[in-house]
Amino acid sequence: MKLEKEEIKQISTLSRLEIEEEKQEMYSDQLSTVFGYIKMLEEVDTEGVKETTQVTGLEDVVREDIVIASSEEKRQKLIALFPEKSGDLLKVDAVFDNSTEE
Amino acid sequence: MNLNELTIKQAYEGLKNKEFTSVELTKACLNRIKERNKDINAFISVFEESALAEAKKADEMISSGKQQMLTGIPFSVKDAIDTLDLRSTGAAKILDNYVPPFESTVISKIRAQGAVLLGKNNCDAFGHGASNENSMYGPVANPHDLTKVAGGSSGGSSAAVADHQCIFAIAEDTGGSIRQPASFCGIVGLRPSYGRNSRYGIMPMASSLDTVGPMTKTVEDIAILMEVIAGSDEKDATTVPDEVPEYTKNLNKKEKFVIGLPQEYFETDGMHEETRKLVENKIEKIKAHTELEVEFKPVSLPYTKYGIPVYYIIVPSEDSSNLGRIDGVRYGMRSKEAKDLYNIYAKSRGEGFPEEVKRRIMVGTYSLSSGYYDAYYSKAQKVRTLIIEDFNQAFAQVDLLITPTSPFTAFDMNGKINDLMAMYLADVFVSPSAVAGLPGISIPVGNDSKNLPVGMQIIAPRLGEEKLLNFASLVENV
Repeated sequence: MKLEKEEIKQISTLSRLEIEEEKQEMYSDQLSTVFGYIKMLEEVDTEGVKETTQVTGLEDVVREDIVIASSEEKRQKLIALFPEKSGDLLKVDAVFDNSTEE
Repeated sequence: MNLNELTIKQAYEGLKNKEFTSVELTKACLNRIKERNKDINAFISVFEESALAEAKKADEMISSGKQQMLTGIPFSVKDAIDTLDLRSTGAAKILDNYVPPFESTVISKIRAQGAVLLGKNNCDAFGHGASNENSMYGPVANPHDLTKVAGGSSGGSSAAVADHQCIFAIAEDTGGSIRQPASFCGIVGLRPSYGRNSRYGIMPMASSLDTVGPMTKTVEDIAILMEVIAGSDEKDATTVPDEVPEYTKNLNKKEKFVIGLPQEYFETDGMHEETRKLVENKIEKIKAHTELEVEFKPVSLPYTKYGIPVYYIIVPSEDSSNLGRIDGVRYGMRSKEAKDLYNIYAKSRGEGFPEEVKRRIMVGTYSLSSGYYDAYYSKAQKVRTLIIEDFNQAFAQVDLLITPTSPFTAFDMNGKINDLMAMYLADVFVSPSAVAGLPGISIPVGNDSKNLPVGMQIIAPRLGEEKLLNFASLVENV
């Protein structure tokens, strides 16, 4: 199985990862190797076998939906983590002005 | 003996009997880190000032009769685990300046006893790797031979414990990240049952496999830590309500054991003869030990070889969605080059993640994409069921399983980094039990002719830590 450079471009766009042009061949080779290896699962007969999605057997773990107030100190710590801000607000580029995406 | 070389138990006794103070013990560790970090690179951050302040506070607790098991004991934490107000990078540049405003439940429990947090250990970024060469802060050298890797992903933690830069370390094991580096560095490391310890506050990798566990110098220290850190947590709905046993009370207890030896773990391709011999010698010594009541049985786990392919679908799939949250928007690094929203994501992630992280995100994104889900993720989850059934059948006949932890000892730096599959196969003996959610421990069984440590893995049924630790304590020094 070979993942072509075009497919790597497509996957990296979906993954929101910028991959340098000169690295695309490398990722194409490596991902092809990984999926080539994974292919060995095809030889396993899984007819009628259920998927395992968790191992604890716990079901419907619920708790009361209670609002726990955050302290002003914690709020300030979170704001301090913003990469860019305007006052106490998180600054990001406009969501609906995205010309690079197809 | 230098203070930094003590075990938890020894340090506890020494502090209790006023033979030394926590400040002295902490300084001994900090000095060792200073002396060795440039060669070994086990720490990404060292918190000298706060560690000494914590040690001083611990000494006050001890003199006022409030000493608990971990009071005043210096430890370190894998950098993919969040520590309150203390830089946590996950070994990826995208989180280079990240200071969590909250803390992992496991770490909070340890610090609540007055343990001293020395710093954060290097690791493969977000736990992705088996050699610690996927860190954006440089690789970790093996203290036994600086030209060899420390193992991974928790290589900084295993090297720090083996090199006596801390008394113990807390790390995370998704598919072998505690056990494999423990074996490479000649220390003890436990992957607990999935759900036994809270995952709250760890940087999530594969949520259906991730566990948090201890890395120590002795089995007894593992038991001491598990009593503190295990238990249910309302912040992690996958933690189990089962009562936490008094692991330390059950150590070195006379008990009959039936041990399974899975043939698939002794005759795999690429297995080092010396590694196999050292584990087999240990088994012979256990057999010859007249005080132990142990019966050995050959067993078969025919789906073992599918552990790695299953792992490399499930883990990247869950990884790719978990890492979606790290996007340069709300915290972490935002690329200076980004001129629009798409590029805030793509460029920040492109610059801030190392290659292995990008590979996994792309493998996962592809596996989960429409049209491929059934062939990959769903298929892997079905084979996962068969791997679990393998273990169930084995545990119907035996109490525990013994295997080598790794097919080989620590390999050369740069030895496998360019051969992806060779690197992935380093986890061949540790990933099947992880996929099944089982607990496993690696204990050292001696060094090979190059003086590199070999580890033996003991695997137990789910929540079988009590019997696992008792057996490990009985055979540790045989």
